[in-house]
Amino acid sequence: MKISRRGFLQAAGVAGTALVALKAKPALAHEGSESLDTRGENENAMLVDTTLCAGCRACEGACAESNQLAPPPSDDAVYKTRRDTGPEQFTVVNQATEKGRDGEDRFAKRQCMHCIEPACASACPVRALDKQPSGPVIYRGDRCMGCRYCMVACPFEIPKYQYDKLAPLVRKCTFCASRQADGKKPACAQVCPTGALMFGKRSALLELAKMRVYRTPDKYIHHVYGEHEAGGTDWLYISDVPFEKLGLRKVRDEAYPDKVQGALSAPPFVMTLWPPLLMGLYAFSKRGRDQAANGHPHGPSVPPATTTPAIPPPATEDNRSSHE
Amino acid sequence: MNSQAIAVAAPRPNWMNEKLFLGMGARTYARSLVTPWNALAAVILAFGLPVLIYRFAAGLGATTNLSQIQPWGIWIGFDMMTGVVLAAGGFTLGSAVHLFGMHEYHPIVRPAILTAFIGYLLAVFGLLADLGKPWNMIMAIRYHGSASALFEIAWCVMCYTTVLTLEFLVPAFAWLGWRKAHDTLSKCMLGLTVLSVVFSTMHQSALGSLFLIAPAKLHPLWYSPYIFIFFFISAICAGISMVIAEGTLSHRLFQHRISGEHVDMDKLQIGLGKAGSIALFAYFFLKLQGVAEGRHWNLLFTGWGLWFLLEIVGFVLVPSLLYGYGARHGKIEFVRWGAVLAVAGIILNRLNVSVIAYNWNRPNHYVPTWMEITVSVTLITLGVVLFKWIANRMPIMSEDPRFAEAHDA
Repeated sequence: MKISRRGFLQAAGVAGTALVALKAKPALAHEGSESLDTRGENENAMLVDTTLCAGCRACEGACAESNQLAPPPSDDAVYKTRRDTGPEQFTVVNQATEKGRDGEDRFAKRQCMHCIEPACASACPVRALDKQPSGPVIYRGDRCMGCRYCMVACPFEIPKYQYDKLAPLVRKCTFCASRQADGKKPACAQVCPTGALMFGKRSALLELAKMRVYRTPDKYIHHVYGEHEAGGTDWLYISDVPFEKLGLRKVRDEAYPDKVQGALSAPPFVMTLWPPLLMGLYAFSKRGRDQAANGHPHGPSVPPATTTPAIPPPATEDNRSSHE
Repeated sequence: MNSQAIAVAAPRPNWMNEKLFLGMGARTYARSLVTPWNALAAVILAFGLPVLIYRFAAGLGATTNLSQIQPWGIWIGFDMMTGVVLAAGGFTLGSAVHLFGMHEYHPIVRPAILTAFIGYLLAVFGLLADLGKPWNMIMAIRYHGSASALFEIAWCVMCYTTVLTLEFLVPAFAWLGWRKAHDTLSKCMLGLTVLSVVFSTMHQSALGSLFLIAPAKLHPLWYSPYIFIFFFISAICAGISMVIAEGTLSHRLFQHRISGEHVDMDKLQIGLGKAGSIALFAYFFLKLQGVAEGRHWNLLFTGWGLWFLLEIVGFVLVPSLLYGYGARHGKIEFVRWGAVLAVAGIILNRLNVSVIAYNWNRPNHYVPTWMEITVSVTLITLGVVLFKWIANRMPIMSEDPRFAEAHDA
């Protein structure tokens, strides 16, 4: 009994050490999509000043052209309904249901927010969706198996699926990652005639956004949408009408991948602690049975009914080792 | 190798007749297949298999009601979620018998493992139908999205299906008469059982973890930071209940396959009912704790709250009490009805989490198409047919006396 208990503790100790080693792994995996320490400061970002947007939808056209999508509808009747992005339209401009403080119409462009810690990428089992260190959340269709867990995960409901295709892909704004790699602005920012879309480093754009909000407090709502939403996004919005009126949904401030981390730290525990624990239980139950069935060929020379099962006879140790 | 080698001199039963046609000969066997239940199964399969083919020919859009905001339907919510949780009897009973030495349950461990094996096969088939590009499933081996609960699930499915296949091969080898393979694999049962518990613990709970990332989409009464624990505990409840429910049925259906010493099924089921009562009550209590932890008491008095209460009282607390009463007073009918209710309750829970209470606050809630339902029903039918086919041939309901040495110590 003594020895087996010590053995068990040793096993638990070994398991504990292994656990520490294993714990390092998820942390590393996380670092693949880095820039977390700096909270995305150096990532490329976009500031949308909705007070400057004229609703010309040039960005929609440029996006379609750059991504080889069907051209967007030219008729401004599209403003009568609130549109959502789709598998063949990565960005849409919606009209606010409220006029701005100057009495003019307000518009907001919607697209992938390119979270600093994207829920979609953390949910992807094959890292088909992946966060690039420079900012864009990109998609590799050749690995995607089409589980659509990214669509479940995204709090902004941005990933869209080609349900009508036989080899469907997840589709969303790429932040023009390839253009960025060539040192160019995303197509939408390139064509924006009013300066409503500003491309730059996140830290600089965040400062600019806050400066505008602080300097002209009666012109803007005191909030930068995207600074903290979903743990922070690379697309930032400032506005003079409530963000929900622009079709920008309320989203929690926490980084979504964090919500799963607790549960995902369980497997190393299970893998290291279950087997020794179960084998221990097996050994105990087997010993109990052998003792119960006294004349059993396995368990020699246990004197019948000399002691209660709680205090085993000294012969037990040999007994145990003999069949293990 | 083949044990028939000994019986060569006898009027030579041919292998096909013996192994496939239950010793009847092709014609008699074919005639024996004409039963009302088989006819029903044939109709379902004749109708359903073309629909399944149509899914791959025409795509998800043409066959399902899935949408951009409802990416998962009943192929995930029912086939995958339920298929896996109802397979929990395999590891629950396996560990009771092979690890904890409750050998009185030995006669029902093989049906439980076979159910688990078929349950996982069906879950995988349902998944294949649901995935947009199922051929890319192997990518999970190459690319590791280790921050994803689905990645954990993918690996657990692969590993545990392998373990279940090996466990299933023990009676399959006995059926084929491959003594050496049978004996070798039998010796591994202890290790396989440990692995089955390890993978099941992770897999069952990870299915709950899937929804941790969607706090705004799942109704707060079902969303909980502890959902993975709920899923694991309820899987144990489901495993026990499934073994009772299915044991009642299969024991009746396969009476002719039960030979050797008489098994007191009632006594076993009452024992299981005792365990089920405790497990279900713990699960009920945990669910209440989930409500308390989230401070959602006020939500209980909404429409969704009543639906939630129906689930945890009607299908968790009530079966727990039925089990308890039945086990205490030796009333087997209570235990059996408790099992039916509990199984229904777990199915309801998985559907609630993944389909019904998901997007609860959205208009135009997802309703499956008839084709989605047809595929699910077809897969279940396939599972039942497969179970019957195997149980009628292999030593599942009782062990083959020629192979029944004390292989599991």
